[in-house]
Amino acid sequence: MNDFWITLLISFKLAFLTTIILFIIGLPVAYILSFKEFKFKSVVEALTTLPLVLPPTVLGFYYLIAFSPDSVIGKFVDKLFGIKLVFSFEGILLASIIYSFPFMTQPLMSGFRSFPKNIIEAAYTLGKSKLETLFRVILPNIKSSVLTAITLTFAHTIGEFGVVLMVGGSIPGETKVASIAIYEEVESLNYHEAHKYALILLLISLFTLITLNLINKKLDYGTYK
Amino acid sequence: MITINVQKTLLTSTGKVVLKFNETLPEKRFFSIFGNSGSGKTTILRMIAGLTKPDTGFIKVGDEIWFDSKKNIYLPPQKRKIGFVFQDYALFPNMTVKQNILFAMDKKDLEFLDYLLKITQLKKLKDRYPYQLSGGQKQRVALARAIARKPKILLLDEPLSALDIRTRHILQDEIITFHKELNLTTFLVSHDYSEIIKMADFVFVLEKGKIVKKGKPDEVFVQSKISEKVKIVGEVLKIEKEDIIYILTISHYNDIIKVIITEDEAKDLKVGDKVLIAVKAFNPIIFKI
Repeated sequence: MNDFWITLLISFKLAFLTTIILFIIGLPVAYILSFKEFKFKSVVEALTTLPLVLPPTVLGFYYLIAFSPDSVIGKFVDKLFGIKLVFSFEGILLASIIYSFPFMTQPLMSGFRSFPKNIIEAAYTLGKSKLETLFRVILPNIKSSVLTAITLTFAHTIGEFGVVLMVGGSIPGETKVASIAIYEEVESLNYHEAHKYALILLLISLFTLITLNLINKKLDYGTYK
Repeated sequence: MITINVQKTLLTSTGKVVLKFNETLPEKRFFSIFGNSGSGKTTILRMIAGLTKPDTGFIKVGDEIWFDSKKNIYLPPQKRKIGFVFQDYALFPNMTVKQNILFAMDKKDLEFLDYLLKITQLKKLKDRYPYQLSGGQKQRVALARAIARKPKILLLDEPLSALDIRTRHILQDEIITFHKELNLTTFLVSHDYSEIIKMADFVFVLEKGKIVKKGKPDEVFVQSKISEKVKIVGEVLKIEKEDIIYILTISHYNDIIKVIITEDEAKDLKVGDKVLIAVKAFNPIIFKI
């Protein structure tokens, strides 16, 4: 495989893994933030939304400081698992998870919050546990929110630039992703290669959005009432 | 026996209301809670269901304690043997009629499903989704679903108020059928006194969180004790003067009834009043239809 395809592959591997891991972490977080009341809830909520407004370089900078091999956490993870958290694929994966977090939780939370409370209560009066209600009643009825969350997370991770560059350092075959490649090709006036990357990303983004719209139309069960 | 002794402070649009309900009731009866909006009647139902926690008190159904604030016992709704019918149906949009009902059963009992579909006349609609049903049909599904788990107590939160009169009548009969055939203890929250007179054995009238009256529905709603033979409850639509008499037009469900009244009687009435017409001794003409 040549460099072009390897770079694209890293982009998609990163987006794919980020989306899966974020769905597993984001679902319970979004559920708790939507339905439970607890102390410092607004602080937790602000922290999960922070990456939306924070410049990616600020996040990347603090990430480097927190997880570098000289830091406490960096040393600990390296010793325990033998994993380096900066300038490695695992590093950009963790950074992506942090950076894309709100893109998973926000659509899920708006889905949870707009779902009629009495349908949830109806399930409880029918003897269904909270977990069963979540998976058999709530999620099947907010499929479009789930789909939006997954698509946004995936697309956002594909398009990441600043954080991945700072944390990953653009190492070919390891942390160099398509969005960075385009920048580098343009820098070296290699427009032909840049075109190839850009066109593929453009087509995939367009295709994803069209599919999303089509599926969303099919998922409609009418209004809640 | 069912003991319900609960207190809760509510914040309503008209200010703070302390809701109090303290009654020991026999099982297998049809109870109704009557009151205007904001009187707290739905909250009482929700406290029985475990959907709203009372501030203090005690709920005991048979031998089971569902709530005891002193001993810190609070059974979640999942563990209470109840069926709850919401005013706006609350059906699961992703499930068909049949799936909605089956989902409610702890063990899939197809024979019972058949019985429920038969009483509620939903057999032909069993594979439809909620959005493909009318309001009356949706409420039937909600009723069948609430009963699918074979509850001890059926809780109905103004289930018929959004339906037209004809549909309301059919559903009232279906509710009565279930109540009798399945030996349910039923609580109906309603602000429709004619519905309560038709269905309930006993009514509690709630005003600003307190019970102001209770008893048999016709005794509670009808002030004077008349040993009437035939009675019609309705709403005044029109009062017209014709020579020395007045003609009163009354709506009774789908029917319009005209009666003659005297000037004295007409004085106390205005359009919109609820009235009871009673005939003591008479010789009616009866047609078989």
